[in-house]
Amino acid sequence: MLFSPDCRAVFGSLASARGTSYVLYAQRNLSFSNRPLFRMRTVLLLLSLAGLCLCAPAQAQDRPHVFRNATLYPIHDEPIEQGVLVVEDGTIQAVGPVGSVDVPANAVEHDAAGKEIMPGLVDTHSHIGEVGGGDGSAAMHPDARTIDAINVRHPSLHRARAGGITTVQLISGSGLLMSGQTTYLKLREGGTVSELSACEEKPVGDCGGMKMANGTNPQRASGAFPGTRARAAAMAREQFVAAQEYRRKKKQADDPSEAPDRNLRMEGLIDVLEGRRTVHFHTHRHDDILTAIRLSEEFGFDLVLHHVSEGWKVADEIAEADVPASIIVLDSPGGKHEADELVYRTGRVLEEAGVDVAYHTDDPITDSRLFLRSPAIGVRAGMPRDAALESVTLAGARMLGMEDEVGSLEEGKDADFIVLSGDPLSVYTKIEQTWVEGTPVFDRSDPEDREFATGGYRVYDGAAQHVHE
Amino acid sequence: MSMSRLRPRRLSILLAALLLWGGLPTASAQPQRAVRADTLYTMTGDPIEEGVVLIENDTIAAVGPAPEVDVPASAEVHEASVATPGLIDPRGTVGLSGIYNVPADQDQLDTSEPMQPALRALDAYNPREQLVSFVQQLGFTTVHTGHAPGALISGQTATFSTAGTTVEASLRDSITTVAFTLGPDAQARFESPGTRAKGVAMLRQALLDAQAAMDGGESEGDLGQAVLQDVLRGEVPALITAHRAHDIQTALRLQEEFGFDLILDGAAEAYLMTEEIAEANVPVILHPTMARPSGTTQNAAFTTAGVLHDAGVPVAIQTGWEPYVPKTRIALYEAAIAMAHGLPREAALASITREAAEILGLESVGTLAPGQRADLALFDGDPFEYTTHVCTVLSGGEVVSDECK
Repeated sequence: MLFSPDCRAVFGSLASARGTSYVLYAQRNLSFSNRPLFRMRTVLLLLSLAGLCLCAPAQAQDRPHVFRNATLYPIHDEPIEQGVLVVEDGTIQAVGPVGSVDVPANAVEHDAAGKEIMPGLVDTHSHIGEVGGGDGSAAMHPDARTIDAINVRHPSLHRARAGGITTVQLISGSGLLMSGQTTYLKLREGGTVSELSACEEKPVGDCGGMKMANGTNPQRASGAFPGTRARAAAMAREQFVAAQEYRRKKKQADDPSEAPDRNLRMEGLIDVLEGRRTVHFHTHRHDDILTAIRLSEEFGFDLVLHHVSEGWKVADEIAEADVPASIIVLDSPGGKHEADELVYRTGRVLEEAGVDVAYHTDDPITDSRLFLRSPAIGVRAGMPRDAALESVTLAGARMLGMEDEVGSLEEGKDADFIVLSGDPLSVYTKIEQTWVEGTPVFDRSDPEDREFATGGYRVYDGAAQHVHE
Repeated sequence: MSMSRLRPRRLSILLAALLLWGGLPTASAQPQRAVRADTLYTMTGDPIEEGVVLIENDTIAAVGPAPEVDVPASAEVHEASVATPGLIDPRGTVGLSGIYNVPADQDQLDTSEPMQPALRALDAYNPREQLVSFVQQLGFTTVHTGHAPGALISGQTATFSTAGTTVEASLRDSITTVAFTLGPDAQARFESPGTRAKGVAMLRQALLDAQAAMDGGESEGDLGQAVLQDVLRGEVPALITAHRAHDIQTALRLQEEFGFDLILDGAAEAYLMTEEIAEANVPVILHPTMARPSGTTQNAAFTTAGVLHDAGVPVAIQTGWEPYVPKTRIALYEAAIAMAHGLPREAALASITREAAEILGLESVGTLAPGQRADLALFDGDPFEYTTHVCTVLSGGEVVSDECK
């Protein structure tokens, strides 16, 4: 919830990351934003909020918004032609066909005839914001936190907003067996990583999973790195066994002085063992996919498979293990041996086998602005349309444990949605607006926002790239 | 062993077939195949509704609206929602830059010297490379491929049909361009040049040396100089990769100084130089629309193809070279994104058919007209739509792919 029901709450909710007050957040924007139009917008909002506070302290809040006549894709339910969407206080108040929904009298009206509206996209694997994790000193970095590396002011975040992405997992690279703790963010406007945290109930540092990788990316010829697949798995097992031992000693110590000293690496692994962090596991080849599943079963950790290029070969095994798959689709196979059998039909095959399937961008591997191309290519290869739309919304939300807050247009969920000029899976369609928690964060009709959708001179200045080479 | 046993028999069947043809000359004149499309993009004029293409051997015999084209009863007829000329990848490295991305299959760039005009694409092209058949299944019958950007002169490019399992059988044009690169991309892999100015000085000296040798009548013996002389004589165009606006200016300046035929390649910031490019009458083989905004392409825009087209600049859209993934881009997809961002539909199709052929000087491909090579791509819907399939591909009158991809 972005908006609080009264003025005191607006100013008092600063402590809560997700409940960050729009007013103070706007002030931060005034100080730090280099984007004048956003500044103007926030100034106006600031003034209007201030005015509301002065006039009617008990009712201070943003006005509700109603979008009428659009085709709505609730995702959890059938599409609604000629639908009505009401959002208020950062949440969805009502969704339904025209005439079936109560609209507050003071709502800001949006005639969305001819438009299509779907939930904000959930990208389960992205490298925007210059995110990074561990370094080359070791193969496993359960202690490295991506929150200490994310630059939320980086233009790549605007690239994602322009692509309709409202929830994202920022994830460190695959060149390490365990490259660090990932971070789940909401792409609201903001100047600090805490302001963008996707978790209301816990600090942003706890709001994420753990990145692991197998196959060729984390293999190196020397030093602290595995040179073979078997060595990679052995190293991961060793660390988890050590963490089990550390946890046992900690629990068995009667006197705190007898307990082992704090060890950040062990603490990160215990988060995994105790289910506080899902492992997001980069894996391409069919046998590597099964290795990831084997590790998760041995140590009982929650697992989401990522990329899963040869998942089509082991779809039944993945379904049997009840493990979700966050997949990538590329225009052509290859680039390395283990991706030479990457095919367009992986999403369809996994979905048919009963696996929960999400697409991800792996930005900059595929461009956040064109995220909807991925499910569209899935449909090209036979994936049902509804499953394809779910794969970039609700399915991704489930993989981040956020299905109660985002991923569908349902009453009470965050008001994260995108307004499209047409069919979400058509090349002709443009994302016209992206809203996070009832606030627009991208508006294509605004020339400055539009630049982030099209690119141009110095738009992506300093856009560092994540390179797997 | 079994191959050699089979060979004589195959030969005799071939001979018998030839004899039969010789004995029945009317049979060979009979069109063996026709394509009927709800919308036929000939690229020589407006699309034809309910259009038919008649194919005789490897050549197009007739094109027109269905009522005006007689299809012999014996002809095999392929139906499609949309048919276009076989697609052309206007500039890639497919066939040289292989799917596995390991030293053994990466032949697009030799870094032993910064200027190597003697390197021929045909000595490196692998017609059995998996990515060649991959792009063929997606409608590409012709690829202009060869040495990648990354050196002042990385080598030559050539044009191949995606059909054929030997270089000789696939080759359409043995030297289509000589590939030059300006700016930091020409510096990264070499001790020198280390700056833009040094790179251009090196290039100018090489061209001046070739010019002097040509004027003095001495060119034999130096393979590289002979190729540069072809460029200086206007027989082979210079394909100059230049992304930043000031590098584009340098390319135009070099063209003015030496008078060669210039094709601008990449050209990420071409939208800043539209007037100058149009005035110089230089065509552009634009970077992939979805090129990542990084390094010299940092300022790339989805809208550039449309902007150039509006200014009257001939535009083709390339797949370029990818160091990682996707190991080859698909020019059809790149043209689709350009179309969605301002390039008119016909120009977007032309950018991977007619316009590409014209820029590269390829005469028998890129349009559907009598006498043209019978290369066609057949779609089950709008060719640019994400969810449309390429269902049949004809190359030289033969079906080379007939599965919806």
